[in-house]
Amino acid sequence: MHIHRFEKLWIGLSLFLIACFIGIVMFGFTVLDLKVPGGDPSGKTVDPMNLTETPFADPGVRKVEDGRAEYEVYMVARKFLFQPSTGGALELPADTRVTFHLTSPDVIHGLEVVGTNINSMAIPGQVATFTTIFPETGTYGLICHEYCGAAHHSMQGQIKVVPKDEFDESTLVDADA
Amino acid sequence: MTFVDHYPKATRVIKAAFLVAFTALGLGGFGGLLQALHRTDTVRGIISSTQYYDVLTGHGVLLALVFTTFFIVGLYQWGISRSLDREPENMTFTWTWFWVMTVGTTLTTIAIVGGLIPGSEISAAVLYTFYPPLQAHPLFYIGAAGLVVGSWMAAADWFWSFWKWRENNADESIPLQTYMVLFTMLMWYISSLGVALEVVVLLIPWSLGLVTNIDPLLPRTLFWYFGHAVVYFWLLPAYFVWYSILPKLSGGRLFSDSLTRIVFIMFLLLSTPIGFHHQYADPGIDLGYKLWAVISTLLILLPSLMTAFTVISSMEHGARQRGGSGYFAWMGALPWNRPAFVGCALAGIMFAAGGFSGMVNASLNIDMLIHNTAWIPGHFHLTVGTASALTFMAITYWLLPQLTGRTLKYDKLALAQPYMWFIGMTLMSNALHRAGLAGIPRRVAEPMYRLVDYDPPFGTVDEMQWQVAVGGTILFISLVMFLVVVVANWSRADETAANIDDTLPAPLSGAEHSPKILDNMKLWVGVAIVLVLLAYTLPLVDMVMDGLFSPGAPPSPV
Repeated sequence: MHIHRFEKLWIGLSLFLIACFIGIVMFGFTVLDLKVPGGDPSGKTVDPMNLTETPFADPGVRKVEDGRAEYEVYMVARKFLFQPSTGGALELPADTRVTFHLTSPDVIHGLEVVGTNINSMAIPGQVATFTTIFPETGTYGLICHEYCGAAHHSMQGQIKVVPKDEFDESTLVDADA
Repeated sequence: MTFVDHYPKATRVIKAAFLVAFTALGLGGFGGLLQALHRTDTVRGIISSTQYYDVLTGHGVLLALVFTTFFIVGLYQWGISRSLDREPENMTFTWTWFWVMTVGTTLTTIAIVGGLIPGSEISAAVLYTFYPPLQAHPLFYIGAAGLVVGSWMAAADWFWSFWKWRENNADESIPLQTYMVLFTMLMWYISSLGVALEVVVLLIPWSLGLVTNIDPLLPRTLFWYFGHAVVYFWLLPAYFVWYSILPKLSGGRLFSDSLTRIVFIMFLLLSTPIGFHHQYADPGIDLGYKLWAVISTLLILLPSLMTAFTVISSMEHGARQRGGSGYFAWMGALPWNRPAFVGCALAGIMFAAGGFSGMVNASLNIDMLIHNTAWIPGHFHLTVGTASALTFMAITYWLLPQLTGRTLKYDKLALAQPYMWFIGMTLMSNALHRAGLAGIPRRVAEPMYRLVDYDPPFGTVDEMQWQVAVGGTILFISLVMFLVVVVANWSRADETAANIDDTLPAPLSGAEHSPKILDNMKLWVGVAIVLVLLAYTLPLVDMVMDGLFSPGAPPSPV
């Protein structure tokens, strides 16, 4: 088979480019320890018709000591609101590891915290788990980015990130209650 | 004498397919105009924000599934008849697949349009991805199944022609256009099996109420098993045009026959096992499967980069035949006054830009910044919305005279049309990409949320809205120009004009240099199936182990 030498050069350069891209992504997920939903070892499923038996019955922030995070948030995305964060900003401390657990009891929703790389699907039956840190204080908008029905465009919320020493632990969900 | 004189039976079915394709293009494109104006708050009141999703479903289904599939079967029937020098083997069978596709399309369209009629019991505002538990009327799914099954029968028809041809040509290399058709359709068989299983096994019984609940992750995964390969089903026919016709339109010849075959083999192998890159943000799919999708998705850049080389070098060859010279000045010698050439060339340029944004989508780390934002429609309006759609429109200007026997009327209008498309798409697509970087979501009637401030890295939100509205309007005008040209050129001439240009020159490096192994379909299909099994067996077993419909969520009719 005849391949022109320019074309051989081009194929070589293309493969080099592809190798660089693959290398960069792999570097991120090994050395830099990047995380995406589904990458967590949890891989848990829940019964979307019976969330009352799970921590999602009481959505909100809890304190944990699992070595991975100091707080965790159980969040439910449902038509057409986020619990918590719609109708009252979800307050979180800055510079602190927070683990989110997200699910939906009805249809597929999406969670995007605007201006960050927090991006997850909320799929009935599945629990999306991911850990993050908010380095900067301020108010962040939170939107549903997967079409979920007639009022999809109204589904939104807010996260208010406060300095760690101002974080009010009295708003936490008591895990024992 | 041209195509219509040699193959009158094939011509009738090709024109019928084009008629459905262009009707869908007009309707779906009008939906796009309504969306661009509504979403950007430019013109309100034609549709409500709830109806926006019915219109969006129509836009996606009619353009991405109906226009593409019908145009492709017409184009490929032309390529098969021409390159094998045969009419279809049995016209009853040929018309059967046409009508199965058309009836299916009609049922699906009725279900979608029903949502816009007040008081109608029928609706299907599920968008083109129809993720359950959102539930459409059963007609939507049954019609979609008809469209896919009809396309399978069309592919079988072309294999039938090929085998008949083979009986008399045992030792010859497969003609290049037939090769591209058959490899596209082999890929289509493997990938559309996923959506067929999703629709027939899960969604039709569920929409008819035979089962109540549905496990959303399993059908979503089956959809994306099909959903990325389908983009290559749209793209490979454009490659078919760029490889086999564009070099001639440039005044030259294809660079290499064997490299063309290798590119199509790579797409057969890699199109399907990479579907998980649409599910990077999904729970329930392990990081390992996602990283495997990163590697294979980035590898599929290779055949597209090779195509860029071949297409550009073929064009350069043509330009030099026409008297062009210099490192870059040869580009000026290309036929920028011929509509078919201009459309294909501009489509290729936009595809390069779309390829770059696709590299971002493929990279798991930075995809998290733009997943499900306006960046994504920005990307695919360059790929399917220009690389495929503009190529299809442009090559229509070259094909129609062969189907009617008359030279192209309104050629000035036809020449302006691809330039208009290019301008409109430049405005709309750059703005959508930047809007996505700011976090503005896709698929939404009103992205201006009360509680959210968008902080765009480049430009302002108002300026982007303006560009989307103006760009969308220019695109619709361009589309109307295309339809006017088609209508003016549609009827059969009384006598075939003498000067219809329908010849295709042989490649510079021809089939005699292509190794036999490239024509070994069994081998390549076998490897493709192994790659699919590697990527999908474990995750699908995981999802199915706890029951096909479990964990189940109740239906949510829209």
